[in-house]
Amino acid sequence: MPYPAYMEESIRKVEATRAERLKKGLLPRIPEAEREALVNKFHPDYKKEEMRELKVGPNKGERTPHEVADLLEGSSRVDPDKIELDKIDHDVDVLVIGCGGAGGAAALLAEENGASVLISSKLRLGDANTIGAQAGTQAADRPNDSPAIHYLDIMGGGHFTNDPDLAEALAKDAPDAIRWLESLGVEWDKEPDGSYHELSGGGCAVRRMHSCRDYTGLEEMRTIRDEMRQRNMHGRKIDWLEFEPVIELLMDDKGQVAGAILMNLETKQMSVVRARAVVMATGGVGRTHIQGFPTTNHYGATADGLVLAYRVSCPLVHMDTMQYHPTGAAFPPQILGLLITEKVRTLGAELVNCDGEQFVHPLEARDTEASAEIRECKERGKGVTTPTGEVGLWEDSPMVDIIRGEGTIARELPAMVRQFARFDIDMIHKPMLVYPTLHYQNGGIKIKADASTSVPGLFAAGECEGGVHGRNRLIGNSTLDLFVFGRRAGRAAAKWVKEVKLGKLTLDHVRKWQREIKEAGLEDMPISPMLLPNYARGNRPVPGFVPLGEASEYTPFGDRAVRWI
Amino acid sequence: MAEVAEKEKVQMLDIYVMGKRYKVPEGLTIQTALEYCGYHIIRGCGCRAGFCGACGTIYNFTYDPTIRYALGCQKEIEQNMVITQIPFFPATEALYNVEDLEPKEGENKLVELYPDILTCFGCNNCTKTCPQDLEVMEFMSAAIRGDIKRVAELSFDCLICGLCAARCPQGLQPYNVALAARRIYGHYMAPKSQHNLNRVKEIEEGKFNVELEELKKASEAELRKRYAAREIEPAK
Repeated sequence: MPYPAYMEESIRKVEATRAERLKKGLLPRIPEAEREALVNKFHPDYKKEEMRELKVGPNKGERTPHEVADLLEGSSRVDPDKIELDKIDHDVDVLVIGCGGAGGAAALLAEENGASVLISSKLRLGDANTIGAQAGTQAADRPNDSPAIHYLDIMGGGHFTNDPDLAEALAKDAPDAIRWLESLGVEWDKEPDGSYHELSGGGCAVRRMHSCRDYTGLEEMRTIRDEMRQRNMHGRKIDWLEFEPVIELLMDDKGQVAGAILMNLETKQMSVVRARAVVMATGGVGRTHIQGFPTTNHYGATADGLVLAYRVSCPLVHMDTMQYHPTGAAFPPQILGLLITEKVRTLGAELVNCDGEQFVHPLEARDTEASAEIRECKERGKGVTTPTGEVGLWEDSPMVDIIRGEGTIARELPAMVRQFARFDIDMIHKPMLVYPTLHYQNGGIKIKADASTSVPGLFAAGECEGGVHGRNRLIGNSTLDLFVFGRRAGRAAAKWVKEVKLGKLTLDHVRKWQREIKEAGLEDMPISPMLLPNYARGNRPVPGFVPLGEASEYTPFGDRAVRWI
Repeated sequence: MAEVAEKEKVQMLDIYVMGKRYKVPEGLTIQTALEYCGYHIIRGCGCRAGFCGACGTIYNFTYDPTIRYALGCQKEIEQNMVITQIPFFPATEALYNVEDLEPKEGENKLVELYPDILTCFGCNNCTKTCPQDLEVMEFMSAAIRGDIKRVAELSFDCLICGLCAARCPQGLQPYNVALAARRIYGHYMAPKSQHNLNRVKEIEEGKFNVELEELKKASEAELRKRYAAREIEPAK
């Protein structure tokens, strides 16, 4: 869908101001105090009516978006009285739940450290947000950089709310994570002398973004996935079940996490896994469409890990803060909300309004950048409205080739060029219309530096855990998080299985949970984990890409042990 | 704000999902059209953004038998489109350990791993199939020649959707050949980044421990001060 004439008119204004903007340079960065005021006023996290207090569970009394609260306080898919826990289908050392970058890294490290590993994957092995990560992975490995500077960036980006031990682990393990991925065969972008081609990123003091064109996550994921396959083919103890997500964790009578109930999405059959340790690596929440936002997230990003962990009384942190990526596509409607990598801005593209005026430095931390865009549209009325009623601002991508030479966009951003070309837009020569999109869950399961949680036997890594990024994650620190805490979780879980003695398996925690939500009057909440969003007709407006299906009508179990959506 | 054009009336289009006709509004992708038809997708959907290759789709038109290929999430529906998804296609992968694949003069690791690639007769179906528009046959030729670097370069944007293998008359799996080539290139052939290895060693030796401990103990006010005083390196 090419731009309609009235949008082309606005593009001409963008083109008209380009030479002048290039001459004048960027707007200054927003000072710290002003930044906080801006975020407070315009960031979606600060809309009070969009959140509610949790009534049950370890985070009782804390606030989280309605969409997340509904799932956290949801009802189990499992009737404990109808499941036979003495029939064990899979008996393993480590069960890894989810198989993106964090789950993959955890599985590889647990296996290397002597544990037998089973992975439960809701979709295919490797279907995860990792694969869509574009911009890169941070690591302070250039001579003028240091883990200490990286640490400061992480803390400042997170408004100093981060867990210092986790932030330290992230900064300190980063260079080795890059080295490890390369040893598996990841092809990082390099200069001719072999040094990494490192770009700057929003909120970063030093250039430290390691990339693989704009397919960084894809390259990381397909390499890790292949390594898992190869080890499995060699008869090593690493195996997986695809389309078979976890619907409830199991505990033992000593209060340790001891396995899980799985459900085959195609046959609806259940199986029981006994595991001496469980690594939660289920990723994020984008497909819950918080506040009705579109999302960059993959089909399975439905907060399952948060729900499962919460039911075994594992506390969560910072669940009132989500990351809205500053540049989701606002046009064409077929790609609404999909990610336009921050790398476009690190390469030089500016954000401008409908009159072609700059309104923010293009490399502010993400919450600041997104807030400035919302202000520009909502308060100043300087956005461009699309034919389907979306509002957006221009990301002036042609500046990249002007600043860095013709061919840069084609070389550095092949995925972006391809995505827009598929819908008849040439982003090399024309700007893209963008608006904040739901991208990342800043908080999550509370972990310690070795990726363990307060529940014995439960570990967590990647987007589903929280604390490391505080209230706002920086570019390139999510893919880094996957490999830092994924590897830590794999090692720690393998160590734990050597020590632990499992007791008798039980679902008493589910019985207790069902009692608690009943007492709190929460019977009307949906069944959770959600597993997959329901976009089938009847559950979404047309033509549209946004809302979540209505909560499934809840009937307490009926005559079956499991209820499908 | 810029003026919005008057909303045009949405046209309803006929599409055929595995032969069955549905009427769907224009502007949807193949994926969202399936959902409009009432499917709650389990297989054939991943990132929904053109990066994961889960939604490989084959289509043609009622009036034109020529087979075409797309990612379901990245292709807008058209009138009289006949679609079927190929969410999985059987393929075998060679057994290897990347640690044992060091390329040596006079050897062709890729042919050793995948001897069948020598049976490629250049029909070019793989290239025509690729939803990423990669030069698949070109990198298969490079693989036969043993030019690992060229295979890695040409195949870099491969999503491993499997459509090329589905259409290869010789039963080859170009995407697996390319995956092995990229891992060999990344592991052995790309020039080493000494600055990274130096930094890993420095961290192991504890070079930054004191500074990090100090930062971890610093008050928020002190951290804020140091954060604000950071020197920002200009973008390159």
